[in-house]
Amino acid sequence: MAGERRHKGMRLSKLYSFKCLKPFSKEDHSQIGSRGYSRVVFCNDPDNPEALQLNYRGNYVSTTKYTAANFIPKSLFEQFRRVANIYFLVVAFVSFSPLAPYTAPSVLAPLLFVIGATMVKEGVEDLRRRRQDIEANNRRVLVLSKNGEFGETKWKNLRVGDLVKVHKDEYFPADLLLLSSSYEDGVCYVETMNLDGETNLKLKHALEITSVEESSIKNFRGGVIKCEDPNEHLYSFVGTLHYQGQQYPLSPQQMLLRDSKLRNTDLIVGVVVFTGHDTKVMQNATDPPSKRSKIERKMDKIIYILFSILIVIAFTGSVFFGIITRRDITDDGKKMRRWYLRPDKTTVFYEPRRAALASFFHFLTALMLYGYLIPISLYVSIEVVKVLQSIFINQDQEMYHEETDRPARARTSNLNEELGQVDTILSDKTGTLTCNSMEFVKCSISGTAYGRGMTEVELALRKQKGMSMRPQDDEIKANPTKSVKGFNFWDERIVDGQWINQPNAELIQKFFRVLAICHTAIPDVDGESGEISYEAESPDEAAFVIASRELGFEFFARSQTHISLHEIDHVSGEKVDRVYELLHVLEFSSSRKRMSVIVRNPENRLLLLSKGADSVMFERLAKHGRQFERETKEHIKRYAEAGLRTLVITYREVDEEEYRIWEEEFLNAKTLVTEDRDALIDAAADKIEKDLILLGSTAVEDKLQKGVPDCIEKLSQAGVKIWVLTGDKTETAINIGYACSLLREGMEKILITLDSPDIETLEKQGDKDAVAKASFQSIKKQLREGMSQTAAAATTDDSANENPEMFGLVIDGKSLTFALDKKLEKEFLELASRCGSVICCRSSPKQKALVTRLVKTGTGRTTLAIGDGANDVGMLQEADIGVGISGAEGMQAVMASDFAIAQFRFLERLLLVHGHWCYRRIAMMICYFFYKNLTFGFTLFWYEAYASFSGKPAYNDWYMSCYNVFFTSLPVIALGVFDQDNILFSWERILGWMLNGIISSMIIFFLTINTLASQAFRKDGQVVDYSVLGVTMYSCVVWTVNCQMAISINYFTWIQHCFIWGSIGVWYLFLVIYGSLPPTFSTTAYQVFVETSAPSPICWLTLVLVTFSALLPYFTYRAFQIKFRPMYHDIIVEQRRTERFESGTRTASAVSGELPVQVEFTLHHLKANLSRRDSWN
Amino acid sequence: MSSNMASSSAGSGDSSAARKNSKRPKYSKFTQQELPACKPILTPGWVISTFLIVSVIFIPLGVISLFASQDVVEIVDRYDNDCIPAPARTNKVAFIQGAAPKSCNRTLTVTKRMKQPIYVYYQLENFYQNHRRYVKSRSDSQLRSPKFENQISACKPEDDAGGKPIVPCGLIAWSLFNDTYTLSRNNTPLAVNKKGIAWKSDKEHKFGNKVFPKNFQKGNLTGGATLNPDIPLSEQEDLIVWMRTAALPTFRKLYGKIETDLENGDTIQVTLQNNYNTYSFSGKKKLVLSTTSWLGGKNDFLGIAYLTVGGICFFLALAFTIMYLVKPRRLGDPSYLSWNRNPGGGR
Repeated sequence: MAGERRHKGMRLSKLYSFKCLKPFSKEDHSQIGSRGYSRVVFCNDPDNPEALQLNYRGNYVSTTKYTAANFIPKSLFEQFRRVANIYFLVVAFVSFSPLAPYTAPSVLAPLLFVIGATMVKEGVEDLRRRRQDIEANNRRVLVLSKNGEFGETKWKNLRVGDLVKVHKDEYFPADLLLLSSSYEDGVCYVETMNLDGETNLKLKHALEITSVEESSIKNFRGGVIKCEDPNEHLYSFVGTLHYQGQQYPLSPQQMLLRDSKLRNTDLIVGVVVFTGHDTKVMQNATDPPSKRSKIERKMDKIIYILFSILIVIAFTGSVFFGIITRRDITDDGKKMRRWYLRPDKTTVFYEPRRAALASFFHFLTALMLYGYLIPISLYVSIEVVKVLQSIFINQDQEMYHEETDRPARARTSNLNEELGQVDTILSDKTGTLTCNSMEFVKCSISGTAYGRGMTEVELALRKQKGMSMRPQDDEIKANPTKSVKGFNFWDERIVDGQWINQPNAELIQKFFRVLAICHTAIPDVDGESGEISYEAESPDEAAFVIASRELGFEFFARSQTHISLHEIDHVSGEKVDRVYELLHVLEFSSSRKRMSVIVRNPENRLLLLSKGADSVMFERLAKHGRQFERETKEHIKRYAEAGLRTLVITYREVDEEEYRIWEEEFLNAKTLVTEDRDALIDAAADKIEKDLILLGSTAVEDKLQKGVPDCIEKLSQAGVKIWVLTGDKTETAINIGYACSLLREGMEKILITLDSPDIETLEKQGDKDAVAKASFQSIKKQLREGMSQTAAAATTDDSANENPEMFGLVIDGKSLTFALDKKLEKEFLELASRCGSVICCRSSPKQKALVTRLVKTGTGRTTLAIGDGANDVGMLQEADIGVGISGAEGMQAVMASDFAIAQFRFLERLLLVHGHWCYRRIAMMICYFFYKNLTFGFTLFWYEAYASFSGKPAYNDWYMSCYNVFFTSLPVIALGVFDQDNILFSWERILGWMLNGIISSMIIFFLTINTLASQAFRKDGQVVDYSVLGVTMYSCVVWTVNCQMAISINYFTWIQHCFIWGSIGVWYLFLVIYGSLPPTFSTTAYQVFVETSAPSPICWLTLVLVTFSALLPYFTYRAFQIKFRPMYHDIIVEQRRTERFESGTRTASAVSGELPVQVEFTLHHLKANLSRRDSWN
Repeated sequence: MSSNMASSSAGSGDSSAARKNSKRPKYSKFTQQELPACKPILTPGWVISTFLIVSVIFIPLGVISLFASQDVVEIVDRYDNDCIPAPARTNKVAFIQGAAPKSCNRTLTVTKRMKQPIYVYYQLENFYQNHRRYVKSRSDSQLRSPKFENQISACKPEDDAGGKPIVPCGLIAWSLFNDTYTLSRNNTPLAVNKKGIAWKSDKEHKFGNKVFPKNFQKGNLTGGATLNPDIPLSEQEDLIVWMRTAALPTFRKLYGKIETDLENGDTIQVTLQNNYNTYSFSGKKKLVLSTTSWLGGKNDFLGIAYLTVGGICFFLALAFTIMYLVKPRRLGDPSYLSWNRNPGGGR
């Protein structure tokens, strides 16, 4: 089988003669052996004692945060990074001392619960990651074992030096050095989609010395590779192979990187060079950082405020306590004031004679006593809420992608609310914005435009202009019956062989012949069905070949010298086979922007077939070849507007004589091995690519993912800035920019590039320093120009002030290197932030991450990175939020991401609905938490004032420890999980809520102690004691905070009802159960509800009075606010209400319009929010 | 309040159900966050009627509470100062700690008919029964069962006398109130029933009927009252009442009940033993005779508070009504939106 293949694909590498003949990049091989280049690999001899001594890491890969061993300490450490938790830990320790105002278990229990719950959550999340690792580590691969046979083993067991065999469409398990392949000349094709997102196949080339038959490769022993140490550079590799006394330089040409895929080659044999975390792809992945959301960080600040309050009131209490205690005994020790406290015979904590010390100890006690100001359960509640929110994200049907069967995944729940705060989105292009497939949609042949389909951009434009969404009727009928990947063309004049009836049939034939011949694709005929698929260097090319196949020019075989087509003859209409002799391929390059082939057709005429960008092609047309120039240009313009990638198709006939002369020159240039060889080849090619005859142009759509322009539109309406970071060529990137409405008509484009003649000449001189310096200056100049451009627009045109989207910044990778320089990055960022959209082309993964970091740290705003390939991993991890697109094959990006979605368009819902809700919910929840804890904590403080600040809590120990856990936390969680619109998280709000809490506590305390004063509180003459007052006041607190929740909530489902009223119910239930426990345990709570306070009407009347009074300030404030200074969400809610009243009959449509309203609202909200933020800065 | 029955966007739930192992999230109103909900809005109507309803409920409640409080007849007599003989008033503490006779006569006049039962209280002020040291200084297990007689660790310094555990131990019991009142009406003794003044649960479950006072007040410093060592703690109701500590520094505790009616104009002579030292911390002592209503004793605060809150609500309802009439804002008026309010802010 393999042998057959070898003949069939014989010397295929010749096709790529241009590439392969290039001299080795002049990497500095002399460095080998020195520092940074010390790796030694003993090929096929991993058991060599020297190899064992080197002890390189295995191929086991772990992306988890914890291991079984470090889970407990590390997660505990993570826990105690939080200020509040440290406090509680200290409290827990101190609670065992007599300082504690309450018993140790009642302090420890909630802490353990909180810490335990969080750790379980962390553990579960990490376990999920671990499972993915296990899957990767346990994949199978064939390894040459000692007995000389290839045997299966797991990926994780690979060692450096192992010889492995990889079959077609398998992933490489580690970084391999290619030794030989099923092709005779040792080439293989590799898809590096997971690494850099590029789908085109890359050719790898084994050294001649190693490129031997599979059977003899087993005897490949004694080779030693000395090479660079593990590093993150995907495109460089320096090494030497020492074999049989000879040294052979190695280059990236021989490297097969982990997570790339073998394509179009039956099998390869390679030797493992880098394993596991040493591989390039893993080196590119930085450690998964523990990300914390901004709210969480802000929360720490609030906790500091609460700590300050805590310290202040504890200190106040201590001072008073000291003074009072001091007075308990006279200096001579004879007279005791409060004799019932026995101040003469007391412990150090109450010692009047050492009042200062006593008050210091009291200070510690008070810190614990008022510890209820610090919400212990806040963190755990937030964790719970976030996990539930993640479930909602995971369960959202509107973020489920039917085709790939992938729902959205929140891989970490830490950042849900951060989604609502995103300011800048940094997006990858290929596979993220686009489907990563090209479709042939339109063409213009001899001045006639063909192709009826609508591109997405056209649809979007139509929509914007308010035109009816229904195109001409015939277009609807015109849906092609079978869908072919890469082909979305329909025109009844051309398809199904109809083109032969067209008046310009001859030209049409020529046109598609060019498409069918002028390319470097390789046909792959399926043995059984006879169907042909193509492996092309770029998806564009594949689209052309597919299009010509679909239209009757089926390219079915290629040899090194011939190209064979099945064709329909335009005269007879019959199918004939034609073979073209392939003479030369003039390669595509970004400077030439065109590609040509020279063929001899069956009629024995020489033809030059050429396709290229319009910018270079029109100037090369012959005088007599410009017949359709005007129409074609018109069409090209229209196609470009429609977001299509266009190429101009031309041909010419070449004289034998002319060809002979040219070929000589060309071959001369090709065989040169000098610096300017490339330039000479280009010049030679130039000479024949002239006097072309225009045939027409093609239009290919790099198919955007569904809904991308819409989504981007909505997001930018919401004030979110979008940056596209792509490895693509500048032109492609700009095209896509237009296609996804990132760049719009009427937007001024600022292009920053280093493709200027000065720099090129400098580069040719080879003076690296000079080049760097000149480049730096050039970039600086361009940035300045851009700045003045934007500034000028801002001053001359007032409306530009409002529309920073007027500008789009495009910068290429080389320029980016300099723009990211410390000295320039500020200016770059400034310029970028003045532009509505930014496109960075030709950027490497590292650059993507650097840009992300720059935006993140430079603006301080929340950044979100979205991408699908392993080349985006750095960026995803660097950004505040990383979103992985799980649609593509690779899982690298998803595994490094915080959220995974199947399609870019889901980002809209993720950010504007989920992010927004999560943010508001968490914000409200935190505010409320502080409210309820202050309410509770301050009643304790007021009580202290009535207990001579002795540190006696107003309530029974267990009431207190259950406060946060049982009686008030569930409604908060309901709020955090279910409420749909709520307020913001600004300092005014937080302080407002805190103030509300303190006011409530005062109302509760003073009303309670005055109604339940010293008089009898029941008919039977009994008076209020400590336990009754505690229970009543506590009930008031529970009722108040829960009802406060009820009146501040916006969205009341049965869950809220259940939790709010349930919590109150639980309190009474607790009271009854706890009160019926033996008095030694329940102490002051014994029977207190059943026997004492429940039968007393005054207790209930107090409850009603206090609850209403405590809620009154907030309610009045809200009523006033809505009346005079309504918040936007109030109005929106009202609008929705009134709308619904008005449209009682059209309920169905109102319901279906539910989401858009919310989205709309969110947009407005975000906009307002952003403008507010700006005004603060 | 309106109920918003949000339902699902008609999804392709059926088609996906057919697919095997589809990861499509299952539809439920819960997971899609579309539960039926009511969304309260503070419309002017709602605000005004809420305030009105509150005031309509609160004002009558206040009136009723005030009436109940007014019904109660209460006689309060502060005696701490008067029961010190005038010459000794310069150093009250010395007097109270001295051996001089501390008997004292007080005369109270009934100004309104008092129906039985009339409760007799003593009221102490500035006495911190809620002090942390004080509150903790007891042993619940010791009080409950003779088995735990030795659990006295919390009771220091009143834990033992000469190495023997004190029952009941601790500062609370030690500082037991020891003023006594003997009442007579128009020179006929007036019986004060000292039974049934403690909570039933205390008597039955917190104070054991087999626990007898031991070594009580035998320490080097005598605090308050002594206890009859032959009566079990469960029957020592004065102690039980005392040990149910008060919440606030001003408190009353039940002394007993008078089970006959007192007529208007009756004079009551009280012969009291002024033993308890509140002088060192300037605490007041009061004797209180009071009837009860359904709300308990005399305290106008509740009624006044209800009337006040009800009044405020009424006032607010009025204010909002006026504001609404003067300057109405249409529901959902978009001109109030912030981005509409400042024309520069939006696009």
